[in-house]
Amino acid sequence: MKVILRNPRREVDVEGKRRVKELLTELGILPSTVLVIRDNELLTSDAMVGGDDVLEVRPVMSGGAGAGA
Amino acid sequence: MKCRKCGGTASLELRRHNAAFCSPHFIEFFRKQVAEAIHRHHMFTREEQIMVAVSGGKDSLALWDVLIEDGYQTAGLYLDLGIFDYSKESKAKCEAFAAARGQTLHIERVAEAVGAPIPVVQQATRRPTCSACGLSKRYLMNRAALQHGYPVVATGHNLDDEAATLFGSVMHWQTDALPRQSPALASTHPKLVRRVKPLYRLSELETAAFAFLRGIDYIVEECPFAKGATSIAHKQVLDRLEDESPGSKHNFLFGFLEKARPAFEKVENVELHECTSCGQVTTGAICAFCKLADLVKRRTS
Repeated sequence: MKVILRNPRREVDVEGKRRVKELLTELGILPSTVLVIRDNELLTSDAMVGGDDVLEVRPVMSGGAGAGA
Repeated sequence: MKCRKCGGTASLELRRHNAAFCSPHFIEFFRKQVAEAIHRHHMFTREEQIMVAVSGGKDSLALWDVLIEDGYQTAGLYLDLGIFDYSKESKAKCEAFAAARGQTLHIERVAEAVGAPIPVVQQATRRPTCSACGLSKRYLMNRAALQHGYPVVATGHNLDDEAATLFGSVMHWQTDALPRQSPALASTHPKLVRRVKPLYRLSELETAAFAFLRGIDYIVEECPFAKGATSIAHKQVLDRLEDESPGSKHNFLFGFLEKARPAFEKVENVELHECTSCGQVTTGAICAFCKLADLVKRRTS
């Protein structure tokens, strides 16, 4: 599957099937800090992903003086 | 994972509530939390005109969306910070949002007020970018609301923002900042408008999910100056705690608001004056914004 990461934008290819939670752990990302999006739908941490999936892992944090933005 | 309310496929898990919701029921949950915040802190009424400070980010546009959908009378305020393509893109997002919903969007250019865009202010003053930016935003929000006749400014600060700010204040024991940390700050002077934070009960994950599910086109990229900001470091520390113990941020912030803030509020006794330069409210003779603008003028001329 293809995983699109943001800030900075980059793509990584990941082989095999696993749950979203496992994928995020491998990528070193805490589940509560990102939205995981597939086919314009949000996925919860127990969802299975893999194969031809294209996932966007979108960070939710804003900061600096932009907090509240 | 199943929705707590209908048993359908969940879109979002809320570990601190030990719950998960499908899209429609999450949107319902989100709106109820905003309504609860407005009601509990008497933030504004349906008869009042509300100025919503928007940046093009998820929080402020989610807030504006909720208020419009709930029938409140609103207008947006966009502060153009002059931060290269980031400001151009975020301004375009706000303009598109307002146009699609038939809402008024006021635009203020920071460069006109302070004498230079934020990147130049940072270079000229050598003070942390977020500090000068935050100061300018607070000043211009109040000034714009007064000029246009809005009694209240609503900002998109969420639970994570508020917990991180509290963490920073406690880390340095900024006891003067603690009484001012509140979901609603009343007007304490005729030239100070009320400031409210209707999203303070909702996490950053929740505001992002709401914006996504509502199809709001927001700017995902970070402000280029936010990298390395102290507030980001504090958020990362709290994210670790939250992951280990869901509800930590909520308990930290709400415990402070209910148990500790009243004690700090009692001892605060600040005398307010009007700035001799611009007429806005300050605790000294000249306000911090005018001092900043003067410094920028001297260093860039």
